[in-house]
Parts: sequence; C-alpha cells; structure tokens
Amino acid sequence: MSITEILFWFLTAMAVGGALMMVTSKNPVYSVLWLIVVFFAISGHYILLNAQFLAVVNIIVYAGAIMVLFLFVIMLMNMNADNEPQKNIWLKIAGMIAGGCLLLVFIAAIRQTEALQIQKVNTGGQTGLIHLLGKTLFTDYVLPFEISSVLFLSAMVGAVVLGRKGD
Amino acid sequence: MPINYYIFLAIALFSIGVAGVLTRRNAIIIFMCVELMLNAVNLLLVAFSKMHYENVVVFNPASPVGTEAQLFVFFIMVVAAAEVSVGLAIIVMMYRNIHSVDVNFLNRLKH
Repeated sequence: MSITEILFWFLTAMAVGGALMMVTSKNPVYSVLWLIVVFFAISGHYILLNAQFLAVVNIIVYAGAIMVLFLFVIMLMNMNADNEPQKNIWLKIAGMIAGGCLLLVFIAAIRQTEALQIQKVNTGGQTGLIHLLGKTLFTDYVLPFEISSVLFLSAMVGAVVLGRKGD
Repeated sequence: MPINYYIFLAIALFSIGVAGVLTRRNAIIIFMCVELMLNAVNLLLVAFSKMHYENVVVFNPASPVGTEAQLFVFFIMVVAAAEVSVGLAIIVMMYRNIHSVDVNFLNRLKH
C-alpha cells in the first residue's frame, strides 16, 4: 500500500465520518465544526489530485469565509442543542431510508459501467498550479470572471436588502 | 487511484447530504447539507478532470489539459459564496419574522 493510498483512505474516512457527524450532531455549532473537518478532507483530496490552487481556494472560501458566516449566524440566533427543532422519529427513519436508497441506486449504477473500471486518475502534470489556471482564467475566461463580479455585487445588494430592519 | 473510488466517495457524501436535508428541521443545518452536496460534486468534477490524457501529460508536463474543468469548479465556488450570503440573509430574515429556524413553520409563506 503506497503512501498515496494510505492518504486517500485516511481522507476518505475523515470526509465520510465528518459528514455523518455533521448530520447527526444535535448542537448546530458542532455541525459547523464537523463540516469544516469535511472541507479540510476534501481539500486534502484536491492536493492528492494535484489541484493545489483549488485546495487553497477551498480552504479559504469554504472553511474560512462561508463557515465563519454560518457560525456568526448561529451565534446571533443563540442556537444550541436545547432549542433544536426535532422531527419525529418515523420521519427521520424515512429520511435515512430515502438517502440510503439513493446511495444504493447510484452505487448499483456505477458498478455496472465497465468503461469506468479501467480508468485511472492521473495526478501528473502542472494543471493545478496557479500560473496555468491564472493564464487561462484571464485570457479565455475573462468575461465570465467579470460577470461573476457583477454577481457578487448583486448578491451583496440582495443580502443587505434582505437583512435590513423594518418594512 | 481508480476513478471509481472517487465516484463512490462523492456518492457517499452526496447521499449523506440528501439524508441530512430529509432528516433535519433546522434551516441552517439543511443549508449546510446543501453545501456538502455541492462540495461532493466539486470533488467529482476535479477527479474527472484528471481522468484522461495520460499520454499528453507524460510527454509534455506543462500542457494545459484539464484547466477548464478546474476553472469550472472555481466558478462553482464563486457562485456558492454568493449563494451562501443571500441564503443566510433569508434565514436571518425568517428568524426575525417567526423567531425560529424550524422549516416546519414555513409551510405557510404568508403573514
């Protein structure tokens, strides 16, 4: 077993375990912290896939910015395990069964495809490094990049309008 | 690493996200499960971007194959950041109106 495989299985266990703990923990703050663990595991997967720029962006944007935003909102609302709304137990079991059925259907579908069995992930090359990505982003994809700035502006205006007191 | 392992990992994360959306009633945790599903799909896109072109990379390590897929994931992250800000603003507004984040109270969207 090579070091890459050991790291892959470690990060996979971390991601799946963190996701399960995120869904099952009662306290919303613990959910946020477990989701941060999942995002770090996914960033590790990006590094294993030789996509270093995306790994760093994932940590900065998701684990850094978005999760802190979630934590702020949870602390503003003063949520904890006591006033956590609970579904009744049958609805929870039904939800678990539905999610498990989705998992089963996906896995059964993928296991049948023979073309995917022989494909390997190729981690060589310099595609994930920032100079190739940056060159492509600012030459071929400069228009979507600028449009995304307009998207951010509209999202900011929308958040301010929605969060305003009164009316 | 075979591509299958990455597909199974993404499927597992996505299904956990779906089960979380179906089993929880806290709006913020439902939103976090949606983020988890988004990340599972991102991971799958990056894995697929590394699937082909072995020969190209062996002969020319600096070739830009697969750059588009990673930029696609980058733009997904950009849109996700904008989406989270608006979604959390909506949840804060909902909390201010009904003093709860329980999605069961949202079955009537008036008053």
